[in-house]
Amino acid sequence: MAQLFSPSSNTIAKVSIAAVILLASTTLSIAYMIDRGSWITNVNSAPEQPIPFSHKHHVKDDGIDCRYCHTSVETSHFAGIPATETCMSCHSQIWNNVAATQPIRDSWASGKSIAWTRVHNLPDYVYFNHSIHINKGIGCSACHGNVSEMPLIYKVNTLNMNWCVNCHRNPAKFIRPRSEVFNVAYQYPANQDELGAQLVKDYHVQSLLDCVTCHR
Amino acid sequence: MDQITKVNENNYELPSAVIPDPGANIVLGGPQDYNSVTQRIAGVVYLPIKKAPKKWLVGAFLSFCFVNVLMLAVYMLFMRGVGIWGLNIPVAWGFAIINFVWWIGIGHAGTLISAVLFLLKQDWRTSINRFSEAMTLFAVACAGMFPILHLGRPWLFYWLLPYPNSMWLWPQPRSPLEWDVFAVSTYGTVSLVFWYVGLLPDLASLRDTAPYLFQRKIYAILSLGWRGSAIHWHRYQKAYLLLAGLSTPLVLSVHTIVSFDFAVSQLPGWHTTIFPPYFVAGAVYSGFAMVLTLIIPLRAWYNMRDLITLRTIEAACKLMLGVGLIVAYGYGTEAFFSWYSGDKYESFMYMNRVTGPYGFTYWLLILCNILIPQALWSQKVRHNLTLVWIISIVVNIGMWLERFVIVVTSLHRDFLPSSWGIYVPTKWDIMTYAGTIGFFMLLIFLFVRTLPSISIFEVREQVHHDLHSQPVEKH
Amino acid sequence: MKELSPSHSNGHMNEHEKPMASALVPLESLLEKPQKKVDLGQLREKLAAGRGPAFWRTLEEAAETEDLKEYVEQEFPGLSGQIPQGVDRRNLLKVMGASLAMAGAAACTKLPKESIVPYVRQPENIIPGEPMFYATAHTIAGYARGVLVESHMNRPTKIEGNPDHPASLGSSTIFEQASVLNLYDPDRSETVLNRGSLSTWGEFTGALSTEAQSIGARKGEGLAILSGATTSPTFISQMNTLLAQWPSAKWYIHEPSANPAVASAAKKIAGRNAVVTYDFSQADVILSLESDFLNSGPASLKYARQFSAKRAIDDGQTPVRYYQVESSPSASGSLADHRFSVKSSSIASIAYQLAKAVGAAAPDVTGTAPAWLNAVAADLSNNKGRCVVVAGEYQPESVHLAAFAINQALGNVGTTVKLLESFMPDAHSIEDLTADLNGGHVEMLIVLGSNPVYDAPASLDFLTAMKKARQTIRLGTYFDETSRWSYWHVPQVHYLESWSDTRAFDGTATIVQPLVEPLYKGKSAHELLSTLLGKPDATPHDLVKGYWQTASPNGFDAFWKTSLHNGVVAGTGAAILNAGSPELSPLPAAEAAEWEITLRPDPTIGDGSWANNGWLQECPKPQTKTAWDNLIMIRPSDAEKMGVHKGDMLKVTVKDKTVTGPVWITPNQAQGSVAIFFGYGRTGSGRVGNKIGYSAYQIQDAAMRFIATGTISKAAGTYPIANTQSTQTMEERAPVRVAEFSEFKEHPNFPTLEEKPLPKSITLYDTSEWKYLDHKWGMTIDLNICTGCSACAIACQSENNIAVVGKDQVSRGRHMHWIRIDQYYSGNGSLDEPETYNQPVPCMQCENAPCEVVCPVAATVHSKEGINQMVYNRCVGTRYCSNNCPYKVRRFNFYLFSDWDTESLKGMRNPDVTVRSRGVMEKCSYCIQRIQEVKIKAEKENNRKIVDGEILTACQQACPTQAITFGDLNDPNSKVAKSAALKRNYNLLDDLNNRPRTTYLGYVRNSNEALRGQRGSNHEG
Repeated sequence: MAQLFSPSSNTIAKVSIAAVILLASTTLSIAYMIDRGSWITNVNSAPEQPIPFSHKHHVKDDGIDCRYCHTSVETSHFAGIPATETCMSCHSQIWNNVAATQPIRDSWASGKSIAWTRVHNLPDYVYFNHSIHINKGIGCSACHGNVSEMPLIYKVNTLNMNWCVNCHRNPAKFIRPRSEVFNVAYQYPANQDELGAQLVKDYHVQSLLDCVTCHR
Repeated sequence: MDQITKVNENNYELPSAVIPDPGANIVLGGPQDYNSVTQRIAGVVYLPIKKAPKKWLVGAFLSFCFVNVLMLAVYMLFMRGVGIWGLNIPVAWGFAIINFVWWIGIGHAGTLISAVLFLLKQDWRTSINRFSEAMTLFAVACAGMFPILHLGRPWLFYWLLPYPNSMWLWPQPRSPLEWDVFAVSTYGTVSLVFWYVGLLPDLASLRDTAPYLFQRKIYAILSLGWRGSAIHWHRYQKAYLLLAGLSTPLVLSVHTIVSFDFAVSQLPGWHTTIFPPYFVAGAVYSGFAMVLTLIIPLRAWYNMRDLITLRTIEAACKLMLGVGLIVAYGYGTEAFFSWYSGDKYESFMYMNRVTGPYGFTYWLLILCNILIPQALWSQKVRHNLTLVWIISIVVNIGMWLERFVIVVTSLHRDFLPSSWGIYVPTKWDIMTYAGTIGFFMLLIFLFVRTLPSISIFEVREQVHHDLHSQPVEKH
Repeated sequence: MKELSPSHSNGHMNEHEKPMASALVPLESLLEKPQKKVDLGQLREKLAAGRGPAFWRTLEEAAETEDLKEYVEQEFPGLSGQIPQGVDRRNLLKVMGASLAMAGAAACTKLPKESIVPYVRQPENIIPGEPMFYATAHTIAGYARGVLVESHMNRPTKIEGNPDHPASLGSSTIFEQASVLNLYDPDRSETVLNRGSLSTWGEFTGALSTEAQSIGARKGEGLAILSGATTSPTFISQMNTLLAQWPSAKWYIHEPSANPAVASAAKKIAGRNAVVTYDFSQADVILSLESDFLNSGPASLKYARQFSAKRAIDDGQTPVRYYQVESSPSASGSLADHRFSVKSSSIASIAYQLAKAVGAAAPDVTGTAPAWLNAVAADLSNNKGRCVVVAGEYQPESVHLAAFAINQALGNVGTTVKLLESFMPDAHSIEDLTADLNGGHVEMLIVLGSNPVYDAPASLDFLTAMKKARQTIRLGTYFDETSRWSYWHVPQVHYLESWSDTRAFDGTATIVQPLVEPLYKGKSAHELLSTLLGKPDATPHDLVKGYWQTASPNGFDAFWKTSLHNGVVAGTGAAILNAGSPELSPLPAAEAAEWEITLRPDPTIGDGSWANNGWLQECPKPQTKTAWDNLIMIRPSDAEKMGVHKGDMLKVTVKDKTVTGPVWITPNQAQGSVAIFFGYGRTGSGRVGNKIGYSAYQIQDAAMRFIATGTISKAAGTYPIANTQSTQTMEERAPVRVAEFSEFKEHPNFPTLEEKPLPKSITLYDTSEWKYLDHKWGMTIDLNICTGCSACAIACQSENNIAVVGKDQVSRGRHMHWIRIDQYYSGNGSLDEPETYNQPVPCMQCENAPCEVVCPVAATVHSKEGINQMVYNRCVGTRYCSNNCPYKVRRFNFYLFSDWDTESLKGMRNPDVTVRSRGVMEKCSYCIQRIQEVKIKAEKENNRKIVDGEILTACQQACPTQAITFGDLNDPNSKVAKSAALKRNYNLLDDLNNRPRTTYLGYVRNSNEALRGQRGSNHEG
């Protein structure tokens, strides 16, 4: 009876076994990489903004405090985005004729708000409260990174749940003295473990892991 | 063998039975020889489509229509949500869960026949084990749909799987639904492997005898290079024995765990310790019923009365009768405990089950599952295939009703009278159910056309056994 | 059927969070914006194109063109940049986006690009993202209840009672709670219409001033102004000015649900306009002659509070004894120690007989006294000066006079009964108006608010009369029945949109201040009147402020700020009047009619003005547990006689007029009396309220408005009714536990008498991990003072963004209320007159929660404070938790029930509660958002202790009788801990060992020994 297959098919058969295994594993790893990659999390990618606003310039060079613009960060769940008014308080005098700041003047004239693109965006079922974190010694840079080195603002952390939980499980590793909260260039000291433990006690920081801490 | 390949489609005839119907005393109507067996069984597969029995065509087409009904129902479900079903509070589980349990139950016969009866050296199983294993797989496939379909957000079903995720969350191990995930998937996988391993030698025979080259190539690939050498047979039998041993406990485990979905809750009518054994018995019961429902027409359509003899059917009937009595005992126990426990909720639940708005379903199920099957005590009935066929269908209906009674009547009146309600299935409930039956049947129809629905080599062993009337040694 | 989806905010209210007066400045300034005139010519078609929600989107796109933008700024300031849209939008996105994001709440979800829009000019004293509270008042039928309105970025989201207001005391009714939904109702009328075609306020004022001139020339001849009942000082003074200026003009008042006899009786008693008020805090015995004083009427919240205090039994005092005489079961009646069902029309003679029995002068009446009368009379006479007889809101003058006479005879006047001066103005009635219209005396009819074409008694045939006026102007919130027949329709502002003032039942005035600019540029009656008076530019703010300036000229600014801040104007309470003793005139011989028909406002949608409110439509009627329909209530034995069953159609005929509606067989309905209700059969209310049921006004006869006689007969067909509780017997489960007061004194622990405590070890699961070291939240509900009014349910719906699902879904058993009020009949085994018990059932927050162990994805888990957390975004919807919940308090989103599309509704939602999407389970969370908010607050204030009562759940805050107590069980001094420790505290379905955190206080009936064995006097233990 005639042969159905050429001898080469033996090899093909063997290879195909390996191929299947390989294919499966690579698909999984690729899926995993996409899931955690910056395409999903937007980490390290600075989106287009109506104005090329530079935190580096305003914070590092001009030394403006976070709270000058993000006024409600200590009192509200929402840190606050500066009103056009706030921008105008300087830019009516300085850089008041360059193209870059034109949208501010337009907004001021037209009364139409500037539509910034959200960089740190949480799902709508997550209830994050800035004020309590600030109050308990979690610095801005703990989540937002060192914005004084960012010409354009971008995300340095995924803001995924495991990232939040990581700190909620062990706040001592990320806490800092209240005096340092707004120091975006803050470096954790060598003795963070002792210091952190101490601060956690002083500030009465709890490790809140109940779902309702963030989901309501 | 090569003459088969020379056959010209138009005058190709389905090989006819050696003797029309050998009666109930022998497993295999003789005189058969190895070739005739191969021809007879493989012949069904080679039969050109235009020669296929009208009944097959009609059946396959109808099933296909029902598959489309299923598609429509599922589309609506995903577009609009489980609201299209008759569910409500308090009856938050309905047809989906009933069908799930029903199908899983049906999926029990296959493994039981091929594994347990194999270990028990029941020779009459040879002619139906292949078929019932296939049936098992298809039933499990249907069952497997429902747990996903019945989710409020089916697209998130994978949250029930333990996989590393960026939420740092795992499934909740105390929930029986979580146990289901593993029980059902294990059962499905093992059954598939068992069935496929069993197919290997036959796939090889098909490869060697199929009329067309492309058929041969396909079967060749599927038969994984089986050459029937002694070493192959040796390994084969080891593997088959091992798999049989492996799947035997599964027959018990699957439905035990499915029964936990109910037993673990605190709902009167669900919260019962006898559920595991009683569910397993029920499962085997419906499994055998479904086997009979299917093989009786099959052997008639493809003149296989001498391959699947009355002996097999009668054995199946007796077995069905047996487990049927266990199920009856289960009902009795439920009734007894509702009284003996002295629990006011239990006793109310039972009274409500018997006399409440859904009382008729209970009495119908008693009729279908206990009373009517008693007819099988009589040999006359067992030998009257029409009757056997009807009874087997009645039992299938009865087992479905049993799940309906358990799920719906327990839920609709639980603890607080204020939250009592009523459950009325919608057309979408019915379409989904009918759809899965269509899907199941279509798979069966395709199966008998593409794979040997009776194990060729095992029947040959039987022939060998009959010829030399000395036991075939399997080591 | 249109789905509306509720809600609003985390804020609960306590003293130090009261709005700062300064907070009101931006609001005022907003309203004093100068207005630019824009030519609207070329915009007409564009706008005409879009009515309804689509309108908003069309505008936003079109808003690019400059002139339209200005139009938007002016006509729809709600959309203009002036309202801080940025953060507000973010909050809106917060709710609206929820479903999208939740659709794939797995890690591998790419969040949609979202923009964030800041202010242009940051308003003072608004902290972005933090709610603020403003005090104002909500007016029903002319009488006010003070409210505090929570506002998120200038969006009112939640209404609470104002603790400082005498008619609220911090509680609220379903109507206050639901009024916020009316504000955002997409069906509200949006523009001025002239003969149904689009027009503008400018054109209208033009037309009106020309009219005004000719009217002026005729000294007001032919001018008729129809309004609803009002106590607004500014409005009244405006009217007086108008009437002074144009003496021949006429003012008519039509209030469909107000019974004129109440005022006329009071007038007879006091010799001038007056109101009879009661003080239940002094009363040891209460006899109510068909008064639903705990649940309806302008003072109900105060009465409810006083009543519940008098009914307290736990500190050894003897509770009040309460007799209710009524023809149809009422919320108040469900708490009566003895309830006597009699025909409404026979109450007059009973009152007279009672008057004689207690020694008051009363003419003889025919008919025999009911068996219980003497016992009740004796009970009253033994409590002279410490009892009260309350006359029913819908009873004739004779009953009100008799009741007062009895109170006088018993020396109650001055202690439990007080006669106060009334601020209701004198005006002509709707009957007069119809007569004048038919007589051709009315040139121009101005209808301010009220909707006579729908709700005037049919016998008047008002529409025909109205068509006789040459010019008709309608100021209304909706383009409704009356507007359809008017030449001009002007959209009316919602009370949260404009300045006004109003008075409570006791005269206390409140300045009504707006929370948001008119969403549709509506106008208030003040503006319309001042335009008529030739001052078209006066803003309501000027008018109201102007009035009060003249009222208290010195130190005005301080006065103004305090009045706004407190929500009450100090020293405006009514004076107590001396009562004369009017003669009781003999009763007219009662005509022997087979059937009595009582016509009453609907328990949830009132006189029909609430018909388009989805929350109220879906709120089960307290006495029938049905929603979305008006029914004809009939006594079981009567129904049996007639051979009708639930849902059969019944024809009700009064004189020559007939309506047909579905039967509801109602225990405690009086023999030979059927009850029907106003509010349905509407055609102009909007998508929610239209074309439901019949309109009771169609058989209303001006001569016998609320108690009529007529015939009923079986009609063809049956009708599907949406019923949320089909079984109302207790089936040996004893969910409600009841005892006689005498028994209670003997066994204070009567609810748990038969129960043997279960060993802790009885559960399979390890519960030792739960120590509850920090807080241990718990709730108790006192069944002894629950009237079943459902304020808790609507408050919860508003607080927690609970969706409205519509009649079809409700009838399928899919309503979404997180707290339901179960009603059980039991006791004396009588089908016709069983006792009624109300039982609110929220989530029990079990310590051994059956739902937790069965969820495969851990979407419902225990918190370390003992709350049974439901995580919507983790839920995959197996519904196993609901199956395993013995209390069936879990609700499932079988479809996408929440409305994601209607723009206007997004402003109303509580930004602190996730709006649930399709396929997820939801349930009561003990208002976790409020708990978290206070916890964070306390932590920020150097981790101070949370004060008991600082956290109020929405249901608790609304409850008129304060039946619901919530707090920390770990704090032994907390109210809830004390109440949980009471002997009459018990667990629902305790034998299941779920260890619920929500527990109940048993019901104690204080029956009169002399009436044992009589109707309503049995008990079940």
